[in-house]
Amino acid sequence: MATQHSRSAARLMMAPAVILLLGWMLVPLIMTLLFSFKKYLPLRGGDLGWVGFDNYIRFVTSSAFWPSVLTTLTIVGGVLVITVVLGVFLAILLNQPMWGQGIVRILVIAPFFVMPTVSALVWKNMFMDPVNGLFAHLWKFFGAEPVAWLSEASLSSIVMIVSWQWLPFATLILLTAIQSLDSEQLEASEMDGAPKLAQFGYITLPHLGRAITVVVLIQTIFLLSIFAEIFVTTQGSFGTRTLTYLIYQRVLESQNVGLGSAGGVYAIILANIVAIFLMRMVGKNLDA
Amino acid sequence: MARSVTQKRKIINTAAAWSVGLLIFFPILWTILTSFKTEAQAISDPPVFLAFDWTLENYTVVLERSDYMRFLWNSIIIAGGSTLLGIIIAIPAAWSMAFVPSKRTKDILLWMLSTKMLPAVGVLYPIYLIFIKMGLLDSKIGLVVVLMLINLPIIVWMLYTYFKEIPGEILEAARMDGASLREEVLYVLTPMAIPGIASTVLLNVILAWNEAFWTLNLTAAKAAPLTAFIASYSSPEGLFYAKLSAASTMAIAPILILGWFSQKQLVSGLTFGAVK
Amino acid sequence: MGQIQLNQVTKSFGAVEVIPPLDLTIEDGEFCVFVGPSGCGKSTLLRLIAGLEDVTSGHIAIDGNDATMTPPAKRGLAMVFQSYALYPHMSVRKNIAFPMKMAKLPEDEQKRRIDAAAQALNLTDYLDRRPGQLSGGQRQRVAIGRAIVREPSAFLFDEPLSNLDAALRVGMRLEISELHERLKTTMIYVTHDQVEAMTMADKIVVLQAGLIEQVGSPLDLYHTPRNKFVAGFIGSPKMNFIEGPEAAKYDAHTIGIRPEHITVSADEGPWSGVVSVSEHLGSDTFFHIHETGLADTITVRADGEVNFRHGDRIRLSPRADMIHRFDAEGLRIA
Repeated sequence: MATQHSRSAARLMMAPAVILLLGWMLVPLIMTLLFSFKKYLPLRGGDLGWVGFDNYIRFVTSSAFWPSVLTTLTIVGGVLVITVVLGVFLAILLNQPMWGQGIVRILVIAPFFVMPTVSALVWKNMFMDPVNGLFAHLWKFFGAEPVAWLSEASLSSIVMIVSWQWLPFATLILLTAIQSLDSEQLEASEMDGAPKLAQFGYITLPHLGRAITVVVLIQTIFLLSIFAEIFVTTQGSFGTRTLTYLIYQRVLESQNVGLGSAGGVYAIILANIVAIFLMRMVGKNLDA
Repeated sequence: MARSVTQKRKIINTAAAWSVGLLIFFPILWTILTSFKTEAQAISDPPVFLAFDWTLENYTVVLERSDYMRFLWNSIIIAGGSTLLGIIIAIPAAWSMAFVPSKRTKDILLWMLSTKMLPAVGVLYPIYLIFIKMGLLDSKIGLVVVLMLINLPIIVWMLYTYFKEIPGEILEAARMDGASLREEVLYVLTPMAIPGIASTVLLNVILAWNEAFWTLNLTAAKAAPLTAFIASYSSPEGLFYAKLSAASTMAIAPILILGWFSQKQLVSGLTFGAVK
Repeated sequence: MGQIQLNQVTKSFGAVEVIPPLDLTIEDGEFCVFVGPSGCGKSTLLRLIAGLEDVTSGHIAIDGNDATMTPPAKRGLAMVFQSYALYPHMSVRKNIAFPMKMAKLPEDEQKRRIDAAAQALNLTDYLDRRPGQLSGGQRQRVAIGRAIVREPSAFLFDEPLSNLDAALRVGMRLEISELHERLKTTMIYVTHDQVEAMTMADKIVVLQAGLIEQVGSPLDLYHTPRNKFVAGFIGSPKMNFIEGPEAAKYDAHTIGIRPEHITVSADEGPWSGVVSVSEHLGSDTFFHIHETGLADTITVRADGEVNFRHGDRIRLSPRADMIHRFDAEGLRIA
């Protein structure tokens, strides 16, 4: 609803953002596509010509490929499940009447402020170190053998570190959503004789649907590309090599740009598959 | 409607919530505490919580050894600059989407968000090359631009959701009152959207401050921000827990303090404007 | 000056035509009310005149000059919005000054006009408050003040009273009428409330589905509605419509008679029926009569003293000279 004049103004005002993002997306994407069809070793001869789909075949047949996809999905899925489940629980808890709610909320949000490199380092050294870590002390206190977390339970350790970073976000969104739940609805269901559990299942949880969608969408965007947590802790060893990290190693460590670029294209395809899923879900949910 | 709650339930709630809150906060607390210990106490068995000799030695060592102030300054410029630039570009775009919506508005918004899904690593080398060609490697301006582009979709999205809550009639009134488009955005929309803009700025400063892929891969010595500063401690010298803690505390302190001072805007910002 | 002419104006949103070709002239100094049920296109029409929407085809002229493509700011019109649309971050003074600031008027002239407007609208004590601290009526006055200071060639009002409570609405209605008497500036006023239309207008434009059903003075519309729609829309309570043999007696498909043009009595009159509900307003009493054999319900206005009860069978006599006749298409038979 507007005039021709304001519509053309709108196009003009949208242009910088659209053009910048289009450039940001297309230029590197096209370069990556080009490299992926070349043998390109910057430190060993540079551009060695076209090789067709060789890089793609090599990347996908390398023994590291499928495990890395699996690792990526495990981390994303694991973190999503943990943060959503604990987030719902925490949101309900924080929504109860209590003393010092504001302070508790700040305590809960705090991990979000911590940069990934810091949190990875702190967890790795001060908590998960098998000799001096706090967990080791705790295990010994209970007479158990300390666990070498990042080598023996590496994937779950990373999931745990990342979950700790993202739990605040999930909690906060879910808390905001719970607070917007009309208490009359709950009272009505109570009058209708619904027990607490049924109330949760039939009223609270459906009401949180949209918020959960948002959590899943935004977290997935960030989780698909986690890097620093692995870079600082395991450097991709002990089965924690995600697709992102594998490509990073190909490009920067082995300096095989062609191969890495092919991997990049796979990563983009994977991200798009996930994205299509999510957009379907969100597109539906955001209208409501 | 507030319902009367028994005192007992409130006590239980409080105890439970505080326990969980402290549990979640504990790693940060532990880091801060450790930063004031001596190296020996930092790894003492059993661990000490408060009964240790408080010392500032770690901070002085870290400050001397690594040029903390330069990293801090780089972080401030990169996080602040990218956010500011992003806001300036995003306000007009969000205005268009919120007040002159067309059939394509939603598609454009979703497309913008989808560029966030483009795995950074997939385009790492091209960006790396472009940066070398343009002499931007290890420069603050290069990182400002990259982080702005990374966060632009989120900034546009958030501003859009905040702007949509402003009744269009007020902008139409400004138009009737003879305001040009520039005046409408500058004198009416922007002041009205200050809380939303503040939340957006805060969240994006945090995201840019903590960004750790491009900042690690596109900087060396000159332009490296605090993320890189701290990553340098992941080498074996990281075993000096107290110093690691002091460095960590110094890296996260600015954002923690900023967060505490602006809790309200931040809470609204942390939901990305997506949930009311 | 403020003569506004619409010439073959149409408006479509996509494939939906909300305003079919429409001609209308609003004379300088006239108080013109657009009235109609919601969704009839009256607000769209106002926004077309304001320039907030483009016409799909046709022309709009203000004072004889083509303004079809002129942006809203340049049309010299002022608008008062339904939500008042005050700038919440500015004081009342700054709100009122805003259009003058945009027009770059000298400071002292701005001040003079603000003071005059504040005086006229009883806002002098509130000039430094924010809109959020004002009551609905005061906000309304600020919105009007903001419109006045521009000294526009015409005022546009978009349902300005619909957010006020009933008592305030009557007061503001009078104030706007007085303002018009004083300024003698053209005013175009959109409302869905026919009482506002009847009490304020020099000229009423009745709209339905984007079509002008009738244009005329309030009493024109009351006495000689052009069709059944206008007859039913103007006047409260609504006109009674009767079809069938009774209408045939008058050589019409339908006849209409207003509640105030029927007299009731216990035993005299050609029609009869049973009282279902009686609404006592004190000055008047409205009876809703069933079982007349003429229509489902016939509404009758009687003097406040008249007292019949639920279930009473009474007799009704319509005033013969006040019977409106309509043909099968609903058009008035002269």
